Amino acid sequence: MLGVYLRVFFVGGIVCLIGQLLINLTKMTSAKILVTFLLLGVVLEAVGIFDTIREFAQAGITVPITGFGSTLAKGAIEGVKEDGIVGALTGGMKSAAAGLSAAIFFGFLVSLIFKARTKV
Amino acid sequence: MLSKTEYLLLDKKIAPKSKEGRTLLLAFLVGGLICTVGQGVSDLFKLAVPGADQKLLGEITSSVMIFLGAALTGFGLYDRIGKYAGAGSIVPITGFANSVVSPAMEYRSEGMIFGVMCKMFVVAGPIIVSGVSSSIVVGLIYWLVGVLK
Repeated sequence: MLGVYLRVFFVGGIVCLIGQLLINLTKMTSAKILVTFLLLGVVLEAVGIFDTIREFAQAGITVPITGFGSTLAKGAIEGVKEDGIVGALTGGMKSAAAGLSAAIFFGFLVSLIFKARTKV
Repeated sequence: MLSKTEYLLLDKKIAPKSKEGRTLLLAFLVGGLICTVGQGVSDLFKLAVPGADQKLLGEITSSVMIFLGAALTGFGLYDRIGKYAGAGSIVPITGFANSVVSPAMEYRSEGMIFGVMCKMFVVAGPIIVSGVSSSIVVGLIYWLVGVLK
């Protein structure tokens, strides 16, 4: 049990450390960092490595945005298995629906409730 | 003993590096911590919802983490963490929530539609476009490989 949490912490930390290294070296903006790691997740899922990493690291690889990419790619692949070529179109969004809807709804809700603070 | 100029030169040589090391360490610690929280959320719901499969657990966990990221951004805490944590707060899914909420809040004065709803996707838009598009390409390749077999 504790070992799982150590692995989660370590792998999650390493993923973010790589992100920080990219920022330090290339001055990437946060949007570019997010897109890069998302695509990394898509590729890892597509070539079938993601599941192996997830078995070891669990939330350490699924909580970073790589997990979101993996969910999208996995959904598209499973969509094809079930519905053929149409599944390639519908599968990704279907399986990422929870995350996307949560981001839109909670994001909208929070920006209705809170006012922006003056920039420090 | 170092003279003042020698010291300044040395300081210049060493200082940025150690600062860089600090940003890396903070990104590692904060990123690791956020992922650990995510694991805790997932394990809690595993206990609370017996028989939940991995897909459902993943959906619950990312929704909860996105809610937390959005709420912390609302209270102004997430950006304060982000100042120190850098990629440690950007790369986790909470950072995705932050990238949605932050511009929406900032542009609220420009109105509900052109402020909040449009600006909400200034940063998150590219993520959704690239993610959805690349997943469709992956699906098409998978389909093609199956057809050609």
